[in-house]
This record gives sequence, structure tokens and C-alpha cells, in this order.
Amino acid sequence: MCNQTVGLTAGAIEAAGVPTVTLALLESIAKAVRPPRALWVPYPHGYPLGAPHDTALQTRILRAALDLAVEHPGPGPVLARWSP
Amino acid sequence: MAKSSELSLKNRLFLKTYRWRRIDPVPWAPLEKPLAECTVGLVSSAGFVPPGVEAFDETVRGGDSSWRKVSADVDPSTLTDCHRSESFDHKGMEADPDLAFPLTRLRELADAGVIGGVAREHVSLMGSITVTGPLQKQSLPEVAAHFREVGADLVLLVPV
Repeated sequence: MCNQTVGLTAGAIEAAGVPTVTLALLESIAKAVRPPRALWVPYPHGYPLGAPHDTALQTRILRAALDLAVEHPGPGPVLARWSP
Repeated sequence: MAKSSELSLKNRLFLKTYRWRRIDPVPWAPLEKPLAECTVGLVSSAGFVPPGVEAFDETVRGGDSSWRKVSADVDPSTLTDCHRSESFDHKGMEADPDLAFPLTRLRELADAGVIGGVAREHVSLMGSITVTGPLQKQSLPEVAAHFREVGADLVLLVPV
């Protein structure tokens, strides 16, 4: 449900003119809900940034998410896969 | 990897018949500035609440669709996990809130010059929302207006 909630939130923010990037834990839900830009991450529910206290991993994931907003000229939906 | 098979039988049966809301048409707002000049906002659906702020109500049928502001200068270790779902492991994000609300990581990226800065206030939701009408009609327009008001150039959203 969290994946749908953030996806719909991204859609509302983007519709108001502010670009968004959404992390996705379940690729199938990202495909169904269609947030404008999503980065699928291969981690379990509760662990979207990978692992607690692993600052290097968390930072790499965030940078990959931010880069999605830079790299894609649109239109969406964009769904990319992140691998460690 | 997150899998539906992690969930209880009751949740799996529910999800099997659940009709996911589809964004159509998909809006698109291009990034207007280089990333190093962008003020970045954060949304997390982990149900975190800052000290002194009303908790999410886990008894609301269909899910509590209200939202909370989280100041950029909050100490993430003081955030309280109010997420009602028992279908995932809370231990990681309770030990390290940045796992689901990566505010410290964003501040570090701002300090390193990767992004221009962090928005002065971020947004917390409790993502366990099955009935999305109140979320879409009331909360999401408010959340969108909030990010325009704080001058966010880009918003990062994190589910749990």
C-alpha cells in the first residue's frame, strides 16, 4: 500500500509543477500506479534505502534516484531498476 | 527484494483482488535547474512523527490519510514510528530512521554540493492507505501546495 500512496503523492506533486522521483519496492505496483519517475530497489518492505546505518549504500541509492530526474527528458512514466 | 509472498495470507488475498489506482495521464514537470542548485523535498510513507506532533491514527478504516510536516532541522533519531502495518519488519527503520526518511543523507548531499539544499519542511504520511479518496481529494493537494510554498525544485518519495 505504501508504494501506491507514494506513487499517487508523486503524481499530485508533479501535476502541481514540481518534478518527483519515487523509490519503488514492488515493480508490479509501480507499473500499475505509474508515478512519473520511479527507481525500483531490490530490498524488502521496511528497507527502501537498503540497510540501516549503511550510509554509503543509502547515498548511492539516493544519487541514482536524483540522477533519474536529470537524465530523463520525459515524458513519463519512467521506471528504472537499481542494482547494488 | 520485496515480495508479496512476505505478507500474511489475509493480506495476499486482499492484494489479489485490490484494484490499484492508476495515474492517467501521467504528469511530467521537467527539472528546471542543475541538480546542484535544486532545493530537494522529501516524502516518506513510513508514518514517522516528530516529537510533540499528533500520531497517525491506526484505527481509521481504510487508513489515516492525514499528513505531517517534518522540519528540516529535526534530529531523525527523535522521530517516532507510527506505521500501523504489521506486514513488514520495522526494526531497521527504528534503528536508523534514515533508512526510510533519509534526511541526514540529503543534508550530506547538500553539504557536498550534489544538491543545492534541503527544503525547510518535509512530509510524512502513513502509507497503509487502502481507501484513497480522502488522500487524493484532501491531503495530496495540500502536500503539493506545501512543496510549492517551500520552493522545492525536486521531491524524493520513499515507501516502506
